[in-house]
Amino acid sequence: MKWDWNAVSDFMPHFWDGLLVTLQALALGSLISFALGLVWALLMRTPTRWVRWPVGVVTEFVRNTPLLVQLFFLFYVLPEWGVTFSALTTGVFAIGLHYSTYTMQVYRAGIEAVPAGQWEAATALNLPRVRTWQVVILPQAIRRVIPALGNYVIAMLKDTPLLMAITVLEMLGQARLYSQEHFQFTEPLTVIGVAFIVISYLASLLLRALERRLVH
Amino acid sequence: MTSGLWDLVLKGIWTTIQLLVFSALLAATVSFVVGVARTHRRWIVRFLAGFYTEVFRGTSALVMIFWVFFVLPPAFGWQLVPMWAGTLALGLTYGAYGSEIVRGALKAVDPAQQEGGIALSFTPWQRMRLILLPQAVPEMIPPFSNLLIELLKGTALVSVMGMGDLAFSGNLVRLALQESAEIYTYLLLIYFVIAFLLTRVMRGLEKKLKAGVGKAPQRGVAAHELKRAETTGVSGGGVA
Repeated sequence: MKWDWNAVSDFMPHFWDGLLVTLQALALGSLISFALGLVWALLMRTPTRWVRWPVGVVTEFVRNTPLLVQLFFLFYVLPEWGVTFSALTTGVFAIGLHYSTYTMQVYRAGIEAVPAGQWEAATALNLPRVRTWQVVILPQAIRRVIPALGNYVIAMLKDTPLLMAITVLEMLGQARLYSQEHFQFTEPLTVIGVAFIVISYLASLLLRALERRLVH
Repeated sequence: MTSGLWDLVLKGIWTTIQLLVFSALLAATVSFVVGVARTHRRWIVRFLAGFYTEVFRGTSALVMIFWVFFVLPPAFGWQLVPMWAGTLALGLTYGAYGSEIVRGALKAVDPAQQEGGIALSFTPWQRMRLILLPQAVPEMIPPFSNLLIELLKGTALVSVMGMGDLAFSGNLVRLALQESAEIYTYLLLIYFVIAFLLTRVMRGLEKKLKAGVGKAPQRGVAAHELKRAETTGVSGGGVA
């Protein structure tokens, strides 16, 4: 095996561009998945099964089908319906939607972990329903679920390379482009592989620190 | 869609299933070997197994697939058939996630069981085989079931390398018909059906195995969810 440091230094400017796109996609995707997941979780607590049942089926479907095919679906089908977004926007939305079906379960667990006494106290204080959620249940539930949500952020990071398949130039996209232009595959691919390991390892350390502060 | 295009899709389904079976077998082997190694007495074995887990869990499955397809051949002078390259990349990556499941389940066995084995002067291998694994394996089935679904979703990644799996056949049909809504809807439905069948099979397996150790299968996913992310595929935490 031969290793060419010149290729590494040539690739680095592209790497930083790619990293920026990856982090953008990750940040926006996380925000969407956190928000949408909470919406799903709350809809699953509505009293009528006419809401719970469709939401349950749709989220189960999205969770059990490959993100890659969902990306293709959004990327190729939406334009046919006359809706056009940039590749990055489509990708961010797909990742957010896909992971919202996971974060939804996390929220649900967090909500169920709030002691029944809190609900009863809210009822005893005659708090309206919205207020009960806003100031009693959700603050306690969300605090508990932050570490679990963080795990999904790391999982999302590892799924951002899929955006390459819909022409987004994130880290892997940049590496592939560089490889094909210079016919050097080893260096760029190894650089981004190591970058993924380092980023997700650092993120998991950060998460562990956060978990100690919030949960204990 | 014409019948010729359906043939293409059927071939894709067959490739996806083959890939799923092979990489699930490899992943299961890796999970048990690495997971058991992480409970080994010698620190160096534990460290190496932990290092493996961190590296393969830390990187993205798609990056791993690119690496196996493009970096391994020039580095070692041989090239794998796409099917085996895909199997290798997926099996090693998902095996790293699986090893966490195995380790977690082994750790969850009551320590008194282990001590009982020592008191009866079982060798470490006998303790593992006769005491720990029979009790730990039924507990592993629900997280393994989740991981299997993740693996099924992961098999779609090989289509990026031009391997003719289900997702790839979808792209061919899209190019042929110049129309994508229909084929991608079918594709998602097919994946969903396969995932559904897998869940059923795994649930049956869990029931059978748990009956063997006198337990009822677990119900209600929610209570486990906060723990789930740590023990199944999609997690980041956990150092060597």
